[in-house]
Amino acid sequence: MFAFIIRRITQAIFVMLVISVIGFAIKQSVGDPVREITGISVSVAERDALRDKLGLNDPFPVQWFRFVKGALHGDLGNSFKYKKPAVQVILSKAPATLELVITTSILVVLLSIPIGIYAAIHSKSWWARMAMGGSIIGVSIPVFLTAILLIYVFAVWLQWLPSFGRGELVEIFPGWKSGFFTRSGLAHLLLPTVSLTSIMLPLFIRLIRAEMTETLQTEYVKYARARGLKEKRILYVHAFKNTLLPVITVGGVQLGTLIAFTILTETVFQWGGMGSMFIKAVEDADTSLMVAYLVFVGLIFVVVNTVVDVIYGYVNPMIRTGGGK
Amino acid sequence: MRLFKKITGSNLFYNFLRDPMAIGSATVLLFLIVASFGAPIFAPHNPYDQTTIDIMDAELPPIWTGAADADSRFLLGTDPQGRDMLSTMLYGMRVSVLIGVGAVVLQSLIGIIIGLIAGYKGGRMEALLMRLADVQLSFSTYMVAIFISAVFQGIFGMGVYSDYALGLLILVIGFAEWPQYARTVRASVMAEKNKEYVEAARVIGLPQRRIMFRHILPNTMTPVLVISTVQVANAIMSEAALSFIGLGMPPSQPSLGSLIKSGFDYIASGSWWISLFPGIALVVLILSINLLGDWLRDYLNPKLYKD
Repeated sequence: MFAFIIRRITQAIFVMLVISVIGFAIKQSVGDPVREITGISVSVAERDALRDKLGLNDPFPVQWFRFVKGALHGDLGNSFKYKKPAVQVILSKAPATLELVITTSILVVLLSIPIGIYAAIHSKSWWARMAMGGSIIGVSIPVFLTAILLIYVFAVWLQWLPSFGRGELVEIFPGWKSGFFTRSGLAHLLLPTVSLTSIMLPLFIRLIRAEMTETLQTEYVKYARARGLKEKRILYVHAFKNTLLPVITVGGVQLGTLIAFTILTETVFQWGGMGSMFIKAVEDADTSLMVAYLVFVGLIFVVVNTVVDVIYGYVNPMIRTGGGK
Repeated sequence: MRLFKKITGSNLFYNFLRDPMAIGSATVLLFLIVASFGAPIFAPHNPYDQTTIDIMDAELPPIWTGAADADSRFLLGTDPQGRDMLSTMLYGMRVSVLIGVGAVVLQSLIGIIIGLIAGYKGGRMEALLMRLADVQLSFSTYMVAIFISAVFQGIFGMGVYSDYALGLLILVIGFAEWPQYARTVRASVMAEKNKEYVEAARVIGLPQRRIMFRHILPNTMTPVLVISTVQVANAIMSEAALSFIGLGMPPSQPSLGSLIKSGFDYIASGSWWISLFPGIALVVLILSINLLGDWLRDYLNPKLYKD
């Protein structure tokens, strides 16, 4: 087990290093820091001196090493647009994204598990077929289209709900402004959450149904039936427990999809989170902020997946010894 | 050609004719493809021809709404630049399908070659390539595609990027999704390579490359075919998403995604048709491909992969 954890952590560090190389390469190839600092009136000689002083003439690996060292200290450069450290900008935007993601995850978990199990057990029933048909339609509708339709119906046509922004916010911790505690905040949260759920839910319903169907065909479920256990106990204790494991791993992988869809949803609703910040950074060619977002998201991602893998390895010994799938 | 014969000769075609869902989605898909690639013939207007576009025609509603400014020349209304919605959509769908198919051709080329080499040769090379595929896949193709295109736009600048958007998008999406193919091909190569015909080929003394490409590869084509349909739908979705956040096709040569985006800016003023019609076209296109893909997967091998 120990070796397994070490192996996963080494891999995680390796992935982070690759991300840092990519991020640094982007920073190198886009924009020239000297020109941004100095303006036009500075002579070539002075520029070269400044270039030397900033260490921009050092070989690529040396500069990269400096970049990684800075990153480890939480310094990913300054955003040109906000005139603040990029990490600070990201952290100020993180709560908005987090609140959206949390409410969506709760909805997805609460809805996908019962629907998925139902569709697996009663696979021939009309409700199950409707759920599966609905989920393939749900997968086929892009999240931004759902969002636009919701905005048109509920904000433009019926005028029931607001279509952009986060509404009134309350500061619950220093730096964490939450929309959970005001009426207007919750109203603003509704449409983005529904849009994001509409695309994530079908993915999970299909996943849970597939896993559950497979589990129901295993020997131990048959054996449990042969022993005469109550059907409810077989389904919810024996089968469902073993369905959850693969769902959790794939759930970890779906984090990337969730982040990508969050970017889209936030862009539509002008939600002041990290996703819409990233798209604005791309539009403004704010390279530092872009790279900082890449590194930040990469870090969240690698940490979550490593933790999920370690938990999975802990629960399922087969993964540990096989050197990973 | 052999592949084609294998398809029509097998039970696949028979099964297809007996499945109303498959026939339905195939018909819809065929209709959409013919309509979009025949756009220069079928479309009432040419949205690329600047001389026929009049900005005074911008944002006209569809004719059946009965609004005072509806124009009988424009069945589905016009977009913010005064182009006929129906024509622009047909041309836009052509762009979307082109990018989707192009990206799938590219990713299958990369994926098949890497999967074949990794599966057949094994060893350290395989470990490295497959780890790479796993890591990239775990980041989800959407995210990889968004990042690569953001970087491309940063490097080339917005002007150059939109000039070469079609090629760049094929490149971006193709590169973002190759691991799917690599993993699928590798898995079937691993299953095939210990079979007797491969051993026979080896005993005869055929070169490795010939065994890989002429003997093993044709036998891995079934799963490749299965994922290809779903991958085209995914690639079209990715393209639409990229275009929607402004990293895709420019408004002058719109795809369905960039049409939806241009309509979104006008949704608050009540111009729903600019987003809705391309949106419906996109959903129907993707849905028909997905349904066809589902049928194909269920028919060919239900255990292949699940999502």
